[in-house]
Amino acid sequence: MRLEDAPALPPPSNTVGFRGWLLKNLFSSVWDSLLTLVFGLFILWALLNMVNWAVINATWTGENRDACIWEGAGACWPFVVAKFPQWIYGFYPGDQRWRISVCLIVGAIALAAMLVPAVPFKKWNAIFLLFFYPQLTIVLLSGGNFSFDATTYAAIIFLIIVSIAARQLSDHVAIPISCGWGIVFAAMLVVMLTLDFDFGLAPVETRQWGGLTLTLVISVSGIVASLPLGILLALGRQSNMPVVRHISVIFIEFWRGVPLITVLFMSSVMLPLFLPEDVSFDKLLRAMIGTIIVSSAYMAEVVRGGLQAIPKGQFEAARALGLSYWQMVGKIILPQALRISTPNIVSIFIGLFKDTTLVSIIGLFDLLGIVEAGFADPEWASPNSSSTGYFSAAVIFWIVCIAMSRYSIYIERRLATGYKR
Amino acid sequence: MKVRIILQLLSIVVGAAAAVPANAGTLDVVKAKGFIQCGVAPGLIGFAFPDGTNNWSGLEVDFCRALASAIFNDPQKVKFIPLSAKERFTALQSGEVDLLSRSTTWTMSRDTALGLRFAGTFYYDGQGLMVKKSLGVDSALKLDGATVCTLTGTTNELNISDYFKANSMKYQVVAFEKDAEARKAYDEERCDVLTNDQSSLYAARLQFQNPDESLVLPEIISKEPLGPVVRQGDDGWFDVVKWTYFALLNAEELGVTSKNVEEMRSTNNPEILRLLGTKNADGSAAGFGTGIGLSEDWVVQILRNVGNYGEIFERNVGLDTPLKIARGKNALWKDGGLQYAPPIR
Amino acid sequence: MTVDVEPRGRFSKFSWANPKFRSFVVQAALLLLLLLSFLEIWRNTLSNLESRNIASGFDFLSKSAGFDIVQSLIPFTSDSSYGRAIAAGFLNTILVASLGIIAATVIGFTVGIMRLSKNWLASRVAAFYIEFFRNIPLLLQIFIFYTVVLKGLPSAKQAFHFGNTAFLSNRGLVFPQPLFGEGAWLGIAGLAVALLAAWALLGWANARQARTGRAIPVSVISLGLIVTLPLGGLAIGGFPVMWDFPELKGFNFAGGVTVIPEFLALFGALAVYGGAFIAETVRSGVQAVSPGQIEAARSLGLHQGSTLRLVVIPQAMRVVIPPLAGHYLNLTKNSTLAVAIGYPDLVALGGTVLNQTNQAVEIVGIWMIIYLTLSLVTSAFMNWFNSRMRMVER
Repeated sequence: MRLEDAPALPPPSNTVGFRGWLLKNLFSSVWDSLLTLVFGLFILWALLNMVNWAVINATWTGENRDACIWEGAGACWPFVVAKFPQWIYGFYPGDQRWRISVCLIVGAIALAAMLVPAVPFKKWNAIFLLFFYPQLTIVLLSGGNFSFDATTYAAIIFLIIVSIAARQLSDHVAIPISCGWGIVFAAMLVVMLTLDFDFGLAPVETRQWGGLTLTLVISVSGIVASLPLGILLALGRQSNMPVVRHISVIFIEFWRGVPLITVLFMSSVMLPLFLPEDVSFDKLLRAMIGTIIVSSAYMAEVVRGGLQAIPKGQFEAARALGLSYWQMVGKIILPQALRISTPNIVSIFIGLFKDTTLVSIIGLFDLLGIVEAGFADPEWASPNSSSTGYFSAAVIFWIVCIAMSRYSIYIERRLATGYKR
Repeated sequence: MKVRIILQLLSIVVGAAAAVPANAGTLDVVKAKGFIQCGVAPGLIGFAFPDGTNNWSGLEVDFCRALASAIFNDPQKVKFIPLSAKERFTALQSGEVDLLSRSTTWTMSRDTALGLRFAGTFYYDGQGLMVKKSLGVDSALKLDGATVCTLTGTTNELNISDYFKANSMKYQVVAFEKDAEARKAYDEERCDVLTNDQSSLYAARLQFQNPDESLVLPEIISKEPLGPVVRQGDDGWFDVVKWTYFALLNAEELGVTSKNVEEMRSTNNPEILRLLGTKNADGSAAGFGTGIGLSEDWVVQILRNVGNYGEIFERNVGLDTPLKIARGKNALWKDGGLQYAPPIR
Repeated sequence: MTVDVEPRGRFSKFSWANPKFRSFVVQAALLLLLLLSFLEIWRNTLSNLESRNIASGFDFLSKSAGFDIVQSLIPFTSDSSYGRAIAAGFLNTILVASLGIIAATVIGFTVGIMRLSKNWLASRVAAFYIEFFRNIPLLLQIFIFYTVVLKGLPSAKQAFHFGNTAFLSNRGLVFPQPLFGEGAWLGIAGLAVALLAAWALLGWANARQARTGRAIPVSVISLGLIVTLPLGGLAIGGFPVMWDFPELKGFNFAGGVTVIPEFLALFGALAVYGGAFIAETVRSGVQAVSPGQIEAARSLGLHQGSTLRLVVIPQAMRVVIPPLAGHYLNLTKNSTLAVAIGYPDLVALGGTVLNQTNQAVEIVGIWMIIYLTLSLVTSAFMNWFNSRMRMVER
């Protein structure tokens, strides 16, 4: 009689190693093998064509279109090389392009530090990114020196005084006005003074902005501005004041229900009609207003999702502690809600980044618009210029979007582990 | 009491929002800001075309430069704002541009129902049709069943419909939002025919991979008087724009060019003297320039910086340019053309 | 979140500390502000329209348009009215959006299920498809499709042809158009009878299966009915169907039905882009079905196909439908990008009318109302469908 177990036999040879993997994942049945064959052939065919066009038959060097015109020519890379600076910087004057580069580099570093969890000083970084960085960008890109008129200054100083006075008054009339408003208006005054200051930079009109720079300006300002608006709308939608609730619902559902392109047409054609005569907005600003309104409606829905995920006990506990509504929202609810919503906020940003291409329809030169504009250049009109241009644009968009979506998945995983524990 | 405070605060906010700025004339606004905002076509060789450094040139561009010379004595004090067919009128009406010098056809409905004023016909054009030579078509009347590419919101889109209907031919129209898209579609053979103002067709042809493959058919199917446009209701500005155009014509008619303008100031011809703003016989100023809010030697400034109508034409679209457009209807009236300016008197 | 605690006594009715009074003041102020800004916009618009001499009102809708449209589902000539042009654009929007929704759903479900396939290659291909097309702007995809259609397809003279009846070229897809003569109603009647019979058969077969446990091949029989009955009806009527065959005449094909390249490009891009999003939704929906359900179904002896059809999909649908409704709405709204390639949809034709009449307020108003209505109708339908698909719990 055997007292010990029989030694474990090795697994059947057709279930281990490379062969085992193949049998299990690619050729487990006749039907499976057929599927593998069909897809394999398709992939092979697509890859071959791709490599042929983009590498083997491609033109790599050249001064103008003549280099790219020959029988059987593939991609026209010199076109991309010649136009690439324009794709990034738009029509920005050549000697001023360092300003865009500075903005891009500073933004990239600050954002990277913000996104990588291990880097410290998150709070200061956030303040920099949300308050100082936008100012830096506005001043650098436009040249600053806005010269606001005296009335605007008078109005803002008046508002500061009123806030301070109201604060003093509030003890007497039992209107609890916090000093928050005074700080907000003072901050606005600081911003205005910064924008008004003459740093000696040559002014560059928004008309000359373009390319990836413009795409980033529109999408980043869209997301930054729509976050607070979206939060307000989401809170409004959950409010127990019927007027506030209905206004929020109507706003959100209206702007979510109409296509972005009609909103852009509206802001470019109708906004001038809504304003008093002689008041006109910059074309870029008009487009930005359109995108901000629409994305704040989407943002509101995402934040609402975050708000709804927070247990009711949190609200009750906060009120039981005697916190006011805004204290409860600012200190207890929003920090949690925004954490939960982060992946969805990133998806909104990806959507916005892609939808920014629509501004090319209303005549702004975003990345796609400027790529398209390059095709009209007779210097580079060759049969393969447009396909090479579209291909490169697709690659750029794809890399940016996939990077963001990977990051949002990563954040989602991190958050998920946090909540499981 | 607390309610009153809130109401007062509210009324301040509302009052600030409701304040309507005072209405100033465009000329004063332009002088105050120091440059003209000129709406132009987004890239049409010979008419309005930016080079790599965003430096614009062309026939329509030069009109704005002439205007800037008349006002500021500096042809560079213009900002060129490219506008699509769809945007142009809104841009003008909302004050985004001070004038349009952008291949805009003078029609009755635009003149009367859109609140616009056409200052004159700077370029007499007509709608033409362009086809690939390989089609073997030599007349527009052989285009029965063809597919036509055009732009939405233009007079071209309406004229082409009239033309095919009048000649009982069938056609299919593909209307694009942007000029570049229509050209691309034609180039990629989505359409047999590209239709636009003839001048634009010649310009578009230069931007094709192989300009020689295409041919502009001889027929002109419509009248397309193109000219600078301003807002209705600002007569002062309208006068400045209109008389800048007339001054360009009068200078050519009187033989004053950018080269001889200084010598001409000492001529005996009273007509030329009136044009150049030289003093009357008794020494008093003639007052033509100052009468429309400009300096007395406004025409001298125009001619010195930009030249007369003929010079502008030849420099941008004339026979020595790639476009090779003859003066034709755009010759002066005394040379058998249609360009005719009222006298400065 | 409505957790405002009602304080008792101590406060006067009009004190700021009284939450009721406070909320009343805030709401009244907000309403007043909103009203005033609308009033201001209204006033500005009126005075602007007046000073710019722009007409207002909807009279222009009955004026003659003067332009032609490349594709219209209703008869349209340049003598037709602006209103009719907008109607034609609306129908074109509906056409491309509804066909796009159908195609995107088919692609989405196929790819989504492929993504979960045990076959490694199939799963990777599906993953690549999803990640690739979701992350490229739709407008760029539309341009790429349009370029492919125009450059990749031959000219009309060298068109691909299918037995000389249908042609594919850079002028679009042309195929014969059936012209029904007298007696064609017999065919339609046949179809109606066949559909009714198939419906009845399904009900009977289900009842029978529930009673006896035996199934009959309902789908095969139904298909047979649907094919043979209309044909039979037509045969009785003596086949009163004429075909209008397309023919190359001069520049282009004459006769038949033409599907313009702009439609092909827009439809293709919408289907592919929408399909990628739907595939991802379907994947997560299927993954949400507990594996125990599948194992239980397999141990009851259901085939893989039946498991999918009877157990997995009905449960996955509960998760899939709400986001699916969102994707359908997005696809409908995205069809407005037609304007970039000259497909005459509602926005493109509305834009043309806007250009000719300059009545921006009215046109933008029409756009907004139509798209809002479409959104509401779609979400109402999807809600209804969702409630039908909801699991009946005992």
